[in-house]
Amino acid sequence: MSSTGSPVTPLVAMVDSARLGGPHGLAEAMQPASALEAARLALLRDLQLAFRKRGQLLQPLAFFVMVALLFPLAVSPEPARLRELAPAVLWIGALLASLLALEFLFRDDAYDGTLEQYALSGQSLTSLMFAKTLAHWLLTGVPLALMAPVVAMSLGVVAAPALAGIVLAVGVGTVPLSLIGSIGAALTLGIKRSGTLLSLLTLPLSLPALIFGARATQLAIHGAPLLAPLELLGALAVLGITLAPIAAAAAVRISLE
Amino acid sequence: MPVEQLEVENLHLWRGERHVLRGLRFALARGACLEVCGANGSGKTTLLRTLCGLIYPEEGRVLWNGEDVQRDLRAFHAALAYLGHEPPLKADLTARENLHYWIGVRRRLGEEELSRALARVGASSWCGRRVRTLSAGQRRRVALAGLALLHVPLWLLDEPTTNLDGEGRELVGTLLSEQLGRGGMVIAAVHQGLPASVSPVTRLELAA
Repeated sequence: MSSTGSPVTPLVAMVDSARLGGPHGLAEAMQPASALEAARLALLRDLQLAFRKRGQLLQPLAFFVMVALLFPLAVSPEPARLRELAPAVLWIGALLASLLALEFLFRDDAYDGTLEQYALSGQSLTSLMFAKTLAHWLLTGVPLALMAPVVAMSLGVVAAPALAGIVLAVGVGTVPLSLIGSIGAALTLGIKRSGTLLSLLTLPLSLPALIFGARATQLAIHGAPLLAPLELLGALAVLGITLAPIAAAAAVRISLE
Repeated sequence: MPVEQLEVENLHLWRGERHVLRGLRFALARGACLEVCGANGSGKTTLLRTLCGLIYPEEGRVLWNGEDVQRDLRAFHAALAYLGHEPPLKADLTARENLHYWIGVRRRLGEEELSRALARVGASSWCGRRVRTLSAGQRRRVALAGLALLHVPLWLLDEPTTNLDGEGRELVGTLLSEQLGRGGMVIAAVHQGLPASVSPVTRLELAA
């Protein structure tokens, strides 16, 4: 049975299905993965890939340390002055380092067809985007939080409770940064050399996290209770978890068109 | 009892100024294979991407079992497998790891089943190598193993025999024949035609 026609010509190809097996034979053979399993695998894939490309993994961390170490050279080696500047240095460094890794969040997946397969997987693209963003936070936010005390010590902060507070503030504060960044990364997917546009989109939206994060760090350095700004960072994180994966998934779908 | 069927009604799609799909309509029932031919730029890939819902047509609709696919896109996606020009593989993962993640996102997959699928496409000896070290033909074979593992009724394939040797083309023919024999459907965009073993095939020629 063969027919040829132009696209405007109606073409009907109907085959007698009587010789074929039961209509549900194919569906029965497959046990679909749950949304949680799918998200877990998407997360594990990104983590495994990141550890295979260690250079890319270490770049944001190296950038963070370099920025922080340049400050004493540019401003003043005086510990009291550096301690005053430490919250700003830590947070601007963390924000820019987090931004540095964002460009890679969806780019490779878009090039090699992984995003297309995610969109056609029959799974929730929102939960897969959340898994990818979680991987980004685990690979940048957590290392930045763990490195923050070392950077803080180079800026004259030595008290143990202050260092613990800084880890907490950077750890919680980088969650909204990753989530906001995922929207920007998804929106700029189809654009070549999207780094500048990504920064322009992401930085203004990151201001609340920057303000509350820097405030929490400042309070930690002065030994004051930092629960209030931490709670606000937590609220931003919850808001981001609720909305950002939905927005990122919608932006990815648009970019695939 | 619902019978799986794909229907395309009056599909129109523009890309910029170009009217790529012009009132396309056809229906495909279980066990049917549609071979989409046409010159470069005639819209073969665009048609496949529109059918699977990656591109929204300006006019017309795609029906799956009588329902507009846009009503429940996720359910439709769960019933299809799409293979584009390039196999969706990660260069820094091995062939086996790639299938584990790619297929695992969609369905539960045992290690034995995975090994069997890799053996089927002749990948047993090199499935532990990173994909960046594999040839284009080997990558295509890994993608075919993934396709066979999905067990879905509808296959949408863009140039499935690209980069394959004679044996690889035969393998494509066998996989497609098995899919049709199971009651599945295949829509394949091709330049050189599908292997002769695939039958019956309906041909759709797209004008450039």
